[in-house]
Amino acid sequence: MPEDTQPRILAFFCNWCTYTAADLAGVSRMKYAATSRVVRVMCSGRIDPQFVLSAFAKGADGVLIGGCHPGDCHYISGNTKCLRRHRLLKRMLADMGIEPERLRLEWISASEGDRVKTVINEMTADLKRLGPLKLPERCVAWDVEAIDEEPDHAEAVAKEAVHA
Amino acid sequence: MMTELHQNGQEEVRIGYFVCHCGTNIAAMIDVAAVAEYVSTLPNVVVSKDYRYMCSEAGQDLIVQDIKEHRLNRIVVAACSPLLHERTFRTATQRGGINPFFCHMVNIREHGSWVHEDRAEATEKAKALARGAIGRVKYHKALEKRREPVTPAALVVGGGIAGIQAALTLANTGKKVYLVERDPTIGGHMAKFDKTFPTLDCAACILTPKMSEVYAHPNIVLWTYSEVEGIEGYVGNYQVRVRRKARYIDEELCVGCLDCVDECVFKVGNVDDEFNVGLSKRKPVYMPFPQAVPKLVVIDPVACTHLNGGNCQKSCVDACERAAINFDQTDTIEEIKVGAVIVATGFKTFDPKRKPLYGYGKYPNVYTALEVERLVTSCGPTEGEVVCRDGRTPKKIGIVHCVGSRDHQTNRWCSRVCCMYSMKLAHLLHEHTGAEIYNFYIDIRAPGKGYEEFYERLQEEGNHFIRGRVAEITDIPKVAEEEGMLTIRVEDSLAGFVRRIPVDMVVLSTGLEPHADSQDVRRMFNISCSREGFFLERHPKLAPVSTTTDGVYLAGCCQGPKDIPDTVAQAGAAAAEALTLLDTGYVEMEPSVSVVDPIFCSGCKTCLNLCPYHAITRDDAKGVAVINPVLCKGCGVCVAACPSGAITQNLFEDREIFEEIEEVLAYA
Repeated sequence: MPEDTQPRILAFFCNWCTYTAADLAGVSRMKYAATSRVVRVMCSGRIDPQFVLSAFAKGADGVLIGGCHPGDCHYISGNTKCLRRHRLLKRMLADMGIEPERLRLEWISASEGDRVKTVINEMTADLKRLGPLKLPERCVAWDVEAIDEEPDHAEAVAKEAVHA
Repeated sequence: MMTELHQNGQEEVRIGYFVCHCGTNIAAMIDVAAVAEYVSTLPNVVVSKDYRYMCSEAGQDLIVQDIKEHRLNRIVVAACSPLLHERTFRTATQRGGINPFFCHMVNIREHGSWVHEDRAEATEKAKALARGAIGRVKYHKALEKRREPVTPAALVVGGGIAGIQAALTLANTGKKVYLVERDPTIGGHMAKFDKTFPTLDCAACILTPKMSEVYAHPNIVLWTYSEVEGIEGYVGNYQVRVRRKARYIDEELCVGCLDCVDECVFKVGNVDDEFNVGLSKRKPVYMPFPQAVPKLVVIDPVACTHLNGGNCQKSCVDACERAAINFDQTDTIEEIKVGAVIVATGFKTFDPKRKPLYGYGKYPNVYTALEVERLVTSCGPTEGEVVCRDGRTPKKIGIVHCVGSRDHQTNRWCSRVCCMYSMKLAHLLHEHTGAEIYNFYIDIRAPGKGYEEFYERLQEEGNHFIRGRVAEITDIPKVAEEEGMLTIRVEDSLAGFVRRIPVDMVVLSTGLEPHADSQDVRRMFNISCSREGFFLERHPKLAPVSTTTDGVYLAGCCQGPKDIPDTVAQAGAAAAEALTLLDTGYVEMEPSVSVVDPIFCSGCKTCLNLCPYHAITRDDAKGVAVINPVLCKGCGVCVAACPSGAITQNLFEDREIFEEIEEVLAYA
């Protein structure tokens, strides 16, 4: 990703609250940055931590999760499960050197279209400040490091890197 | 064609991509032709087209024709939100001869053209989203909707005019209706009104026959003084728990003779009468109002001496010839099964104490509009004689519009009815007292049949209309004629200067608000609220009485302020929607439920406790988890948690979502 282009946010929105809020933002003609790409799920509890890791691994600069407010989940408690997974992910991402601003969890109800606008604009500004994540490129660099560390097994490590 | 595809898993994926202009709604901000051209270069895409209105008959036919002509087996439509038209395009896909769930929608209007300002960026985003959809759709499977039988009964929550109308409409079709009302009588706010605008027909004359009809209707079970406590189940099959509060009166025995009320040890009322909004007092044992339905007395446990552990001679018990009074009565719980629910819980009026500059509660002669309704009505506390709290008959009356409406300090919305009811009260107050009436308004909103004519009539009758929001109401005189009067200070924005108008009586036209406990009600029925707290309809135009929870419908002011004609019309619409569900006899369940693959399930039980619906059990003989498709609502929580990847959620499969993520991001 060239430095001057917009950051890319992969957003996972639950069908009932945040996706509907994003629809409301549209109906209300609110304007926000064209940086988000929304993947619709029925519930924020469906969001597998691997989805988030995969998004970063495939080149997202930020990941936004949107669910119903605590207590308002269409499926009773899916959002609290999402919250626990989010906390787990925060710790993992910190260990991987991924800045905390790159993963954001927001409770946005169906009536809060303006919140979708604000959050995406804020996150876009944060990510611009941080610059591109370039995790796929970093992974390649890590493979080079691995080869350097294990020169005796360079061939095997390189082969693994191709498969990864 | 469909079966042929599915028995052969190796069948070539042939995708058709259709991008909609939506007139200029999308095309003005997204270069749809460029998106279509880009998508045509993606693998497996056989057809890629843009069209002016995809949802039109011609647009749908385009999909049908192309499926047949090009042997398409996957459809991607980039248009508006799937919440709006997913069903439309799935149906079109089915008409083309393939399973409807091979269709996937991309939202480039609400999430695209309407929210972005840079055409190049919006077009890039549409391309990326298209690529994601093209990636995921190849994994789509043929799915079938499951059919569940529907319980042919409905619950109506709230017994105001909305609930009454909905209940009667449904009951007249032969369906069983449970009407649950929190207060001891049905009738709601409308029962308190004297006349209705703009025709000035008597509210009671319209309402009370309907109330009696509800009571007498063989298909309606009326539970007043009752509240819904909980609801479980799903569309077509709800189990509802209703608390019937103790009235301390045997409903079977009481005939409403009021002997107990007469003989109560309190010779005069000692509690504010709710029906007269505090303008009179009632006793602890009381009938809400003479035309109450059901015609039963009720004992207020807070005010009754005996029920408070006091020593009372219980003269009411002796007075009742039918021995209907039962102080040992306790709350009972009723469990019912219904297929549909109509929420008609109404509104509350704005508390004008939140606008202290208007002096409500400070100056006795400042009234709310609802209080004045009771003052002008012949069955009210003064039998229709308009006398102020300080005993004077008003000669000059000021009506302040928009109290708690169109006000950034309190409620921003227009309450829709206040202009009209203010003018109605202006007319009635003038009729009763001959007083000079001043209306203080921001704008007169009279958008209904005969409403503007009513406004003209009021002007012809000599009412004063002063445009300006009232700044202050004060009893401090500046000139002699203000002595002993309430002075209204207002900027007359048409004349262009500040005026002080002394009056005897002030009427505050309070706006409509959601009930204080509307959030609890919302959570219980699993529906959403709009920003101001009124319940949210599924779509303002396409599904104005439906909610995001199937089988739960809205009627009346709980959805937003509206007048009686609109409420009755909406209640009829809600009843019709509920009837469509009940009369069909079955409901088609979305296939997006989760399924366990026993080959991969290790039987670890991780998923069992996560399921909010207890839909997952463990088959101990086989050592695997099993999901009951009837109980599963398709949230996907278990899928995300399964350490073996053994659970799949239809339409939200791991491979579909991973592919969508990868392909969206693969677009440079």
